Amino acid sequence: MRLLEVAGLDVFYGDFQALFGVSLAVPAGGATALVGANGAGKTTLLRTIAGVQPAGSGTIRYAGDDITAAPPHRRISRGIALVPEGRRLFPSLTVEENILVGAAAAASADWPLDRIYGVFPMIARRRRQRASTLSGGEQQAVAIARALAAAPALLLLDEISLGLAPRIVGELYQTLGALRETGATLVIVEQDLKRAMDACDDLVCLLEGRVALAAPVAAVTRDEVIAAYFGEGARGGSAGSSPKAAT
Amino acid sequence: MTWVNAVIQGLLLGGQYALIACGLSLTFGVMRIVNLAHGDLAVCGAYLGLVLSTALGVPVWVTLPLLLPAAFCAGLLLQALLFGRALRHGVLAPVLVTFGLSVMIENLLQVAATSDPRGLNGGTLALASFRLGSITVSWLFMTAFLTACAVLSCVQLLLSRTSWGRKVRATADDLDTARLVGIRVRPLFAVVSGIAVATAALAGVFIGTIGTFDPLAGSNTLIFAFEAVVIGGLGSLWGTLIGGMALGVTQVVVGQVNEAYAVLAVHLLFLTVLAVRPGGLFASHQVASEVRGSGALG
Repeated sequence: MRLLEVAGLDVFYGDFQALFGVSLAVPAGGATALVGANGAGKTTLLRTIAGVQPAGSGTIRYAGDDITAAPPHRRISRGIALVPEGRRLFPSLTVEENILVGAAAAASADWPLDRIYGVFPMIARRRRQRASTLSGGEQQAVAIARALAAAPALLLLDEISLGLAPRIVGELYQTLGALRETGATLVIVEQDLKRAMDACDDLVCLLEGRVALAAPVAAVTRDEVIAAYFGEGARGGSAGSSPKAAT
Repeated sequence: MTWVNAVIQGLLLGGQYALIACGLSLTFGVMRIVNLAHGDLAVCGAYLGLVLSTALGVPVWVTLPLLLPAAFCAGLLLQALLFGRALRHGVLAPVLVTFGLSVMIENLLQVAATSDPRGLNGGTLALASFRLGSITVSWLFMTAFLTACAVLSCVQLLLSRTSWGRKVRATADDLDTARLVGIRVRPLFAVVSGIAVATAALAGVFIGTIGTFDPLAGSNTLIFAFEAVVIGGLGSLWGTLIGGMALGVTQVVVGQVNEAYAVLAVHLLFLTVLAVRPGGLFASHQVASEVRGSGALG
């Protein structure tokens, strides 16, 4: 079953068009890697799915319903949560307050504080500290915790490894693996191609605002993805079509 | 003893400045709106108090249960119909809109109520006083001061202790991310604006009871409120309370030496703080860095 279906999505910033007819499908319970060069439109796509960036045209369907025009708080209460690029914690709030704010429009009470602290023991110790005083890895954990507080069925993660030591990134990905086992569906934007392909079942590659490749990870080679990444191959179609990247 | 008296009277006067500045501090801290009509809204509160207390034949205090909810609703409407729209068009639009509102209010009041100075019926409280050693303290000033402390404390507690306040602070930190995590910003802003206008109206009632007011009194009120906010630190309510008291004490103590320099000293204090610490004495970290970054208020 498909949890999220995006069809023919165009997104504009004023006169500048960031996404061109993007279509993709995310199966329920899976993990999809969203890759592409800087400026390919990955963040724009996630923000449009989360509802903070309006869609120009096209549709976004979630759990069978058209949510293209729904405001962000309504999407969150239906189970879509975004961990934004650059973490974007509320600096004057404590760690715990940041997490509680994330529960403002929560889909359910499945993720109370103690369960979140169970997943991220390193931030439980810092719960009374201001978020701005934490290390990068801890801040990233708080950003994920804040999204978890909304009890998401679909968790969108934008560049969670940015600027973090490899060991910390490894720990964060281990946590994501544990989250998948709870039944959450993940869409992960990741610069590190190997990590993305290791952690996910499906892969979508964006190139200059268009889908260049969409396939199960098992069905593509690293070279094919790199070719799509830099636009050296033929264009793949919408999600599920087989890759036609030249080698 | 004269000096102790001056300091005490100054603190009490500062409470009034802090009360009028409370709403200004709140709207700036949360929504980044410098509401240039804030003083005029306070004067509107005073006129509403005048109309109600005259119509009902009671001291103005009795009309507060009617007046404050009306002011709160006016704040909701202003935010929903005017400020919210202006905010979507950049940082300059709210300044122009609130300036226009200020001009409109002053002229409408002149048409409706003439330019005659008015005073409010404060009942027996207005004339009562008590002695503190050899110092005479007006109950009216004392009430204004205690009300200011209570209002600022309540608003501060609302912000720091409730889940609503948490959402307000998150939104003040980062509007875009607040929407992202599911905070409904428009109703939140409307309530903040309602609180701001209600506190302004309350301050207006005290201004009208302690002294007199006329349709143009708002602009002068705004300057003192604005200075209290800036001295205390943008976005900090405790700072605003301290800022108001600093203004009041400066005004009365300097006035003790030479009455002619009292108001000038207040403005000089403001300029000095602005030059030495542009973020104010107790600026929240966030706003202070914004001020340093943009230099807009430096």
